Parts: sequence; structure tokens; C-alpha cells
Amino acid sequence: MNFDKLERISNVEWKIDTSAGMRVPAIIYASEDLIRDMDDKVYEQVTNVARLPGIVKAAYAMPDAHWGYGFPIGGVAAFDAAEGGVISAGGVGFDISCGVRTLHTGLSLEQVMANQHALADVLYHHIPAGLGSTGHIHLNSPQMKAMLLGGAAWAVEQGYGERRDLERIEEHGCMQGADPGQVSQFAKKRQQNEMGTLGSGNHYLEVQKVVEIYDAAIAHAFGVHLGDVKISIHCGSRGLGHQIGTEFLKQMANSAKDHGITLPDRELACAPINSAIGQSYLGAMRAGINCALANREIITHLTREAVQRIFPGAHLDLLYDVSHNTCKLERHQIDGQVKELYVHRKGATRAYGPGHPDLPPDLRAVGQPVLIGGTMGTASFILAGTEQSMALAYGSACHGAGRSMSRRQAIRQWHGSQVIQQLADRGIVIRSPSKRGVAEEAPGAYKDVSAVVESADQAGLARRVARLEPLICIKG
Amino acid sequence: MGTASWEHFEHKADIGIRGYGDTLGEAFEQIALAMTAVVADIDAVDATTELSIRCSEDSDDTLLFAWLNALIYEMATRKMLFSRFDVEINETKLNASVAGEPIEIARHQPVVEIKGATYTELAVYQANGQWVAQCVVDV
Repeated sequence: MNFDKLERISNVEWKIDTSAGMRVPAIIYASEDLIRDMDDKVYEQVTNVARLPGIVKAAYAMPDAHWGYGFPIGGVAAFDAAEGGVISAGGVGFDISCGVRTLHTGLSLEQVMANQHALADVLYHHIPAGLGSTGHIHLNSPQMKAMLLGGAAWAVEQGYGERRDLERIEEHGCMQGADPGQVSQFAKKRQQNEMGTLGSGNHYLEVQKVVEIYDAAIAHAFGVHLGDVKISIHCGSRGLGHQIGTEFLKQMANSAKDHGITLPDRELACAPINSAIGQSYLGAMRAGINCALANREIITHLTREAVQRIFPGAHLDLLYDVSHNTCKLERHQIDGQVKELYVHRKGATRAYGPGHPDLPPDLRAVGQPVLIGGTMGTASFILAGTEQSMALAYGSACHGAGRSMSRRQAIRQWHGSQVIQQLADRGIVIRSPSKRGVAEEAPGAYKDVSAVVESADQAGLARRVARLEPLICIKG
Repeated sequence: MGTASWEHFEHKADIGIRGYGDTLGEAFEQIALAMTAVVADIDAVDATTELSIRCSEDSDDTLLFAWLNALIYEMATRKMLFSRFDVEINETKLNASVAGEPIEIARHQPVVEIKGATYTELAVYQANGQWVAQCVVDV
């Protein structure tokens, strides 16, 4: 990205002043190096977001920002319904509530390494992954409705997952205000055999070891210790979310003119929150969030079953579950006043600081765990929300590494079997139905996740707590 | 007259697909092949099961968006891959016969699931006497 158009506020904060129809400025949080490598499209997209009606304070880009659809991936923006604010299907994305959860295993590194291949095999066979796989659960119409209303709480009622998991999930595992009636029959049909499936692309299940602790006190409160073995799951709302995204993208693009909205880019398709289509999307999108929460809860149940086959009696507690692609109604301080705003996070993680009332009591003193997924060859990070993050970007942080290379470039550069062998030489076991899929997701095709996390920490968006490295990766 | 063909083009997070043909219908057939090739090797997909797809939109590019999303929906709900496409376009109406087979994970080694067609780089135009249809798909 060209530095000429940016005003440097600090080493990790850059401002784009309002101009040419922008209602608010745009702020990018990233180091100089990350900005230099950042796609010019991020500039275009974050300034386009700043043009949308009812946007409050600023449009934000996180350190991992890259070219997305309408919004940059790594984009955060809040809208005031009373000021004509909008909700955008593009601003949420196709994979509604795609997110990450991390589980404690209570197992020692020695135990896991002595059974590394057996554990990889049982996880790979027990959890449906990749295109063409089918879940073990098939939902009829009343069950589908109950799932879309209940989220992870529904899954627990059905015997998938444990009740105490719910405290460790955003919205206590159940997004209120979901309206299954706004979810089309097409979307429901796309989901009926997909519950408890991992999906493909950048989705994964990883067994990880904790290799570094940056903040001992917070790590202790999170139950994260050096040498611990954790399991992280990255997936979303599967076909249902994709179909909702596709349908509302079109509807919102078509209706924008009727609402007097000029779209700088069709992908920014949006509608006033206080409009029939805005409300309809809100109900459908919230149902999509519940679908993602239910899906990750079922996969957690399957993971527990798989791990117990190798380690009878193992108990997997949930550290936390975060969502990346959402629009949520939240209370934020704006110029000394508390306002209810619709906060879009597209490829960004909610990162509430210490004391936030939505956090479970045992985490309230230290802030929300912020789980950052890396690649199968590098590292993942656990961070914590900070007090200042609420004022910086509505309590939001980065979500992952972000690609530095297209899928096409990646398969020209690497073969899947070569990537698998190189990782095996470093003690990392990969299981995937597709060699080309592994090549497309090769660690070298992603940005340096450490640099992204360092920028988030320096900017105060979230505080670094621990670094984890992969031992086993199940790739869809 | 050119030759019908397809290609992929770069997009940082996802992938662009493009089809070329002498007619609009042929360009739509070719871009559908490009989409299957995102997921698997087309030559490995037998055209044993046939179905028809119809859609109607008031412009060429929104018709392309509808066509790709209809294919994505059939791929997802039938768990199939398609390798043969016969597309007829009459002004705003598309009638297609498509053929393929159910996904076999071991044989097809599907790379990635396509979530949806997007408006990014979505375009239908004529260049050098050929029809071109293109789009970025979210994977």
C-alpha cells in the first residue's frame, strides 16, 4: 500500500482522512512492514466502507487486512440504526460466524507424541472433513428450526457437547433474535446433512503444543501452561451460511437504489437496519450464527469421542469460542454516551477487555481469550482483550495470518506431498483428503502470523498471551 | 472464430474463473468447466448423471451470477461434480443440461468447497470476436 495517502498516528496506527464522500475517516492498525505488503484493495475497500450511511466514528482495518468482498477481510465498522445505519451481507461475508475454538486436553506432550499417528488417524476418520463428506446428523424441518434458534445450546440438549461449554462461547452459545423463517428452503436444504462437518479451504482441526508464554498471569487464568497440548477447531456455518450470504448479497444489491443508497461496489450490498430487508437479513444471519455455534459444538463432541478412544478418561474443557464473520448489536461508548450499535466484523475477532459484562465471571478480570489461527506449519496465538481495545476498534482484533499468495501461485510453487513430507520432518502430522488442497494451504502462502499478532499487541487491540505450534493438522 | 476455452485467474484469498466461447452459451459452459476445475481434475469426473438447470435474469452478468450459484447449489446438495454442460441462452433465459457424478473422495480428491459466486470481477463481454464470462468465486 502506498504510504502517501496515509497519516502516521503511531508505529502501528495509520489514518486516512475523510474525502470524496467518506462520512468518517478510516484507521488501519498495522506495522510499517505489514502496511508496505498490504494490498491496495484494502485502501479502496476500507474507504468505501467509510462511505456507507450511518457509520460511526471510523472504518477500521486490522493488521491482517487483505482484499475481501466489499469490506476488507480484517474490517470492522459500526452503524447506528437511528442515523440511517446499514447492515451489509458483504460486511459479514459468506461464511457467517466462521470462527475458532480452543480446547484444553489435559494430556502431556509425551503422551500425545507417543500416540501422534494413531490420534491423527482417529480424528481424521471420526470428524467429516472436506468436500463430499457427510455429517452423522441429519435434520428434519422442526429439528432444523430448533437448531437455528438454539445454536450450541441446542447441540448440548441433543447430547452433543457439555452444558458448561456454553459459558465459554460468545452469546453463551445461543444468538438471540434468530429468525429461522427468514432462512430460505435452499439454505436449509444445503445444511441438512452438513451438521458436524469441518468444511474445506482454510478450515482445520489442529492438535497444538504451547511453546511460549508471554503473559504468565493471564495464561494462568486461561489455564494455558508451557508444554500443554490444546486442540483448536476452525470452521463456520457451512452451506447454510454460504447460501444466506449469496441470496442476501443479491437482494441487497438490487434494493440499494430503492433505499437511496449508492453502492461504490456491488459487493458492499447493504440495506438500512430499519428496513424490511435489513430486518430479514438480521434474523437470517443470527440463525446462521447459531448454525456455526452448533456446528463447532458437535465437532467438539466428535473430537472428545475420538480423543477418548486413544486416551480413555481424557477430559477436554473448552477455553473459548470466537466468531469472525458477524454483525452484532453491542453497547459502546461514543463521545461519553453509551450507544447501541451494529458492529460488523469481517475476518476480525471480538476482543472484549477486562470487566466486560458479557464475559463469564471467571474470565472477567483478565479479558476475553482471542484465538488467532495460523498455518499448519507456523503457529497459532492466544491473546486477551484489553481495556483500550473497546475504544480503539469497538473491542476487536485480528483473526489470522491472511494469505500472501493466491491458491494458483501456491500450487505452482509446491506439491501437496512435498509439503506433507517437509512438515513430517518437523514432527507435524497432516491428514487431508486432498494433496492439492494441502499445497493451496501451504504455510508459505500465508503472511507471517507473528508479525500480525505483534502489531495487534503493540496497537493495544489485544495482548499476547501464548504461542502454540501444530502437532497434528486435519485439513478439510 | 476462436476456440472455446477456460482459465483461472489470480485473486489473493480466493480464485477467479473465466470462460471463452463463440456464443454466450459457450462462454457459460466454459466458465462452468473452470469452476469444476477449482475443485477437481475435470477428466476424472464422469458425466453419468444428468440434470437440467434453468434461470432467468435481466442482464448477462446477473444471469452468470445466477448460473454459477445454481451449479454451486446442485453440487452442494447432491454432493456431485459436473463435467459436461450444454447451455442455451435466449435473451434473459438460460436453459442448461449438465452431467456429472457423485463425489468419490478417494478418486476425485476434491480440493476445496465453493461457497458462492461473488460480484468481484463479475463480467460478461465480447473481446476479439469471442464471448468472455468471468467471476471470482469464494472458496
